[in-house]
Amino acid sequence: MSEPLRGVIVSHAAVAQALKSAVGTITGVEDALIPVSNDGCDSGALSERLAAAIGGKPAVLFVDLPGGSCLTSAIRLAKGRTDVAVVTGVNLAMLLDFVFHRDLPPLEAARRAGEAGSKAIRTPAA
Amino acid sequence: MSIVLYRVDDRLIHGQVIVGWGQPFHVGFIVLVDDAVRASDWEQDLYRMGVPPHIEVSFASIAEAAQRLPEWEADPRPGILLAGSIDTLAALSANSHRVKRINLGGIHHQPGRSQRLRYVYLSDSEAVKLKELAGQGIEITAQDVPTARPVPLEEFA
Repeated sequence: MSEPLRGVIVSHAAVAQALKSAVGTITGVEDALIPVSNDGCDSGALSERLAAAIGGKPAVLFVDLPGGSCLTSAIRLAKGRTDVAVVTGVNLAMLLDFVFHRDLPPLEAARRAGEAGSKAIRTPAA
Repeated sequence: MSIVLYRVDDRLIHGQVIVGWGQPFHVGFIVLVDDAVRASDWEQDLYRMGVPPHIEVSFASIAEAAQRLPEWEADPRPGILLAGSIDTLAALSANSHRVKRINLGGIHHQPGRSQRLRYVYLSDSEAVKLKELAGQGIEITAQDVPTARPVPLEEFA
């Protein structure tokens, strides 16, 4: 059996760390996600942090915003690779789904997580 | 309104620019001046992804920017001109006398640079270049977001 996917959360400030912590609290899964912050980084430094987090393994990059420095660095790193996929708008719901579906190919896992994250956005009547 | 911000930021188009500055100034266009990005359709698509549809984005080389600066300055919409390095804006100001203010929004650590502010690292030669630009009458401040205090060049270079 191949190694399960790793998820790399790429965010501004401490959002990534907080999301990883929340996933651990809810699921008990502590080893599936790696947080990366863009604090203090130009695009080159952020790319180095991302490359270190991926570690040459198959991965899904969960980016906070659908544009900006986190996304541009993530897409540069994933360009031309089939073992790294990118999904934006990371939220807790998509990560909770992802940690239990790490046996999928990266692109499929990213799409599945994106759908789970989208379904979690609702405006319930009070 | 013309160009409300001439900014040096090595992240180019990102959250602080689009949201932090773009929202309060109701920015209608962004000009990204960078020879490498201008030459790459793929890079341009990448930077466009972060920009909402109501903001127009133009990509220009330094030479093109020097030529088109009067046109952008005459645009009735508020705009932001972005460069990734001090050298780029210095070259632009050398070719045009229209740049009167430069905002340093993010110049991060690289070998040879030392920290001057939380988000500004400069080499000695970059500091000298900024002082030369200031000597030509250009107002230079560091300010990452509009709610922060603009820090005058004398305080960090």
